[in-house]
Amino acid sequence: MTRTVRVAGGQGFWGDWPEAPRRQVEGGPVDYLMLDYLAEVTMSILQKQKERDPAMGYARDFVGAMESVLAAVAERGVKVIANAGGVNPEACAAAVQAMAAAAGRPGALRIGVVTGDNLLPRIDELLAAGHELRNMDTGEPLSVVRDRVIAANAYIGSTPIVEALAKGANVVITGRSTDTALTMAPLRHEFGWGATEWDKLAAGIIAGHIIECGAQSSGGNCLHDWRSIPHLADVGYPIVEGSADGTFVVTKHPGTGGRVSVPTVTEQLVYEMGDPHAYITPDVVADFTSIQLEDAGADRVRVFGIRGAPATDKLKVSIAYKSGYKAVGSLVYAWPDALEKAQLADRVLRERLDRLGLRFEKILGEFVGASATHGPLAGNAGANAPEVQYRIGVRDADRRKVERFTREIVPLVLNGPPSVTGFAGGRPKVEEIVAYWPALVDKSVVQTHVEVR
Amino acid sequence: MRIRLLDIAHARSGDKGDTANVGVIALRPEWYAILERHLTRDRVARHFAGIIEGGVDRYELPNLWALNFLLHGALDGGGTLSLKTDAQGKVFSTALLRMELDVPDAEAQAAQLPAAP
Repeated sequence: MTRTVRVAGGQGFWGDWPEAPRRQVEGGPVDYLMLDYLAEVTMSILQKQKERDPAMGYARDFVGAMESVLAAVAERGVKVIANAGGVNPEACAAAVQAMAAAAGRPGALRIGVVTGDNLLPRIDELLAAGHELRNMDTGEPLSVVRDRVIAANAYIGSTPIVEALAKGANVVITGRSTDTALTMAPLRHEFGWGATEWDKLAAGIIAGHIIECGAQSSGGNCLHDWRSIPHLADVGYPIVEGSADGTFVVTKHPGTGGRVSVPTVTEQLVYEMGDPHAYITPDVVADFTSIQLEDAGADRVRVFGIRGAPATDKLKVSIAYKSGYKAVGSLVYAWPDALEKAQLADRVLRERLDRLGLRFEKILGEFVGASATHGPLAGNAGANAPEVQYRIGVRDADRRKVERFTREIVPLVLNGPPSVTGFAGGRPKVEEIVAYWPALVDKSVVQTHVEVR
Repeated sequence: MRIRLLDIAHARSGDKGDTANVGVIALRPEWYAILERHLTRDRVARHFAGIIEGGVDRYELPNLWALNFLLHGALDGGGTLSLKTDAQGKVFSTALLRMELDVPDAEAQAAQLPAAP
């Protein structure tokens, strides 16, 4: 039988199911546990935490996750790969080591720490050297928002993770590596794929794309025949069984809920997709139009035929910058005429804001239960709704204006339209907006570093 | 014959900045050709007129019986800037599946498409 390597997805984002990592190592044989913690704005949240406390700045959930799988790592040789390091991978590693020692297993973990993605201390040096870090969406140079930048990280690929595994790490902690590299790297390491074996690298990336969002490929958030998906309360997270030739099978542990089928995997493949011909990563450019899927038995989908093209000479950089303030509040209006009452509340509130001379960069009123998600496409269905939530938000550079807005919502309970409730939360909180600035930088300026401790 | 997209396809959507993507997947392989012919970029742009601020791109994935649409300017600035309930474009998928299409009778019958109720 051909050798396969089993990589299990155990977290799709920071905040995903705390039970999932343990279930993935206890439900059946796996070689690697892959945990993805970083969304686009997560790095900025972590940067803020690190500024308050230099020992913070990583995904603290990861320490609990490691505790829940510690026995499997120590006794059965399961290896863990996670981008939980955020902006402070060293502190993350130290916290995990301390947890292992406290749990009576000092020395059980050889943690590989990948650094070098953090470009925040180097921004001025990069700008001075002519790297404009233009916004990939708007074309503006970074200098426009330079003084408001709070985090900047290059998306790094599989190479430093492979290096850590080769040096004997059984846990690899990275900062801003791509989600997909966390899955591709162990396959590349186990099968010895070279840095220019584009088709195999692309296959590893696509395997990563399929399992990087946790159960979203194994029956979670699946629209296809959703009523028939078994036992979501006990949902099994996805597992990739990779082979040396780059083909792989997507599956989940036997006896778990959820479903792995061609439709569930296809829905995940198209999730957050841009141009399918060119899915650009630091390692390879993967071609999603080459993917072939085949039903390979119950909860098994075989994936093959994948082609890749040479990587580019750039890395994407995720930059976070402060971009003003926002607040969103809501009230609930009940039958009869719930929507009409909510619409009157919207007019009343806007007139009061006008009279106060408050103009915002953006104001948005929505009617949840009538049109909030599908707008006019929803037609008249909301006209007879038993209740409608009026949801109103503003955004502005001036915090005081946003603050003043938050005081205008709850008064409507007594001085606006009738049949209103759902105000228990009181005034909404003013939130500072940390916005995302995607840019590109030459690969040559980013040097990663690997240390196994 | 009038058909509902909801009866011949499933879909998933997500975000990339201020752009929402909707992947539309035929429920049967033979229905992919119907999607490719009738679910055009212009048809989708008309469907979302007044709802999105930018244009629409379409990509074909016959290998997955799927089309991928990019809806630009769909998310009120996107990500953390957005004030929308659906700031990450998660349910543009079913918003697109609300569409009804007129398919010539012969073509609809040959593909055994279900008629809209």
